[in-house]
Parts: sequence; C-alpha cells; structure tokens
Amino acid sequence: MKLKDIQQLLGAEVLSGTEFIERHAYHACASDLLSDVLVHVDNQSVLLTGLCNPQVIRTAEMLDIICIVFVRGKVPDESLIDMANEREVCLLSTRLTMFSASGILYASGLRGGNSVE
Amino acid sequence: MLNSDVMTLNFTVSPEDFTRAGEASSNVKSKLKQMGVHPDVIRKVSIAMYEGEINMVIHADGGHITVDISAESVTMELKDQGPGIEDIDKAMEAGYSTAPDSIRALGFGAGMGLPNMQKYSDEMDITTELGVGTTVRMIVYM
Repeated sequence: MKLKDIQQLLGAEVLSGTEFIERHAYHACASDLLSDVLVHVDNQSVLLTGLCNPQVIRTAEMLDIICIVFVRGKVPDESLIDMANEREVCLLSTRLTMFSASGILYASGLRGGNSVE
Repeated sequence: MLNSDVMTLNFTVSPEDFTRAGEASSNVKSKLKQMGVHPDVIRKVSIAMYEGEINMVIHADGGHITVDISAESVTMELKDQGPGIEDIDKAMEAGYSTAPDSIRALGFGAGMGLPNMQKYSDEMDITTELGVGTTVRMIVYM
C-alpha cells in the first residue's frame, strides 16, 4: 500500500516527507510501547502510535520504518518534524483513534508483521 | 576493508538526557551504511545497540560505547558505572523491568531490552558488579 493511500484512508495531514508519499509500505504495527515495536517490526513498515517523543523517530530510524502515523490528533513539535525530515521518515497525523485507524488500514489490505514466536 | 583492518568508534552516552539517547546508534548505523555493509547486519547492530544505549540512559546515568568494525564482525562494548545488575537471569527474563514510570510513559521499560539485545546479536556477554557498573559486549558477524 502506498503512503499516499494511507494518508487518504485516514484523512491524515502530512507533517513531513511529502516527497516520499509514493513509497510502498508492506506491513504496519500499532503501539504506544516502543519496547514492543523494537521486538516485532518488519521491514518497510508503518508505525501507528500516540507517542510524541524523539525516541519514536529514533526507533523508526533503527527499524527502517518509513512512515509514522500519529493517532488521536497528536501533532509532534518542530524538533521532531526536523528529525524525521533528516531521516527521510514520512510523518502523518490523523484524528482517528489507534483502533479505528488500524481497522481501516487492515480492511484495506495492509497487514501486521510476524506474530510473537 | 582488509581483513586485518579494524575501525574503532567511541561514544559517550550522556546521562539523563533521554531525548538524545540513540545518537550513538544512529551514528554507527550511518557509518555501516556508508561502508556498504549488508542491511541485515546493519539492522541487527542498530537494534541491539539502540536497546543497549537506552538501557544506559535509563539505568546507569550514561556511559561509554566502543564499536569495533572489521571485515568479519561488528563488536559493541557498552560500559557504564551504574548500580550494576542484581540478578542477571531475572534481567534477561522477558517482561522483567526495574525502569521507573517516567520511562514507561515514553514507551520503554517493558523488560524487553536485554532479551532483544541477545536476540539481535550473535554473541553477548554481560559482566556486572553491584555499585561498580556493567559492561555488555555484543558481537554481530558480517
């Protein structure tokens, strides 16, 4: 699924990485627990989260996550947007809850990564 | 890179500045990318080192990281002068954590750090002494 499709499906605002909106995401995960994200995420992923701190961007960087969707209308501050720009991570913000946003993306064909071993 | 060549990178992890935690791992990741190292190796090193770096900030007031990159492996040594680990077996259990609530609110402290470091490194050993500090050595083979 293209990031552009995710943005449209969630009615999300693009906060950074407009130039990457044509990229493909193959998996998604939704979590407010970065510890868990670091254990379970696959390549070329999208992260849906309500967390808005610099470690969200760093976690994305370490895992090659290409897009972060901030749910529940969260908008990170400028410093986080700058960090994301430097790391070529696309940032989206949607007013939907994590459950609703995940459900819409799942119903449109996007799947999660590996389940717990 | 010749077989005998080793590149050493040194980092100081600053204490109590959680916003900067991960800078060293980010640096190493960029360096490995520049060197054309295989993406799977980069991923393993990045995740293992990032977890370790976060641990140093949460539990040990920072510390020092040395990374040796050779044609065969990436060796990371994370050394701190924190309180030490009282029970390593317990610390290695998934879900066991002594992190404070302030850290949990930031999305960490789920007790997955050490098990995840072991999962992503090919070799890992921990030496620790209460009141003196902890050294974690991790190797990822190319």
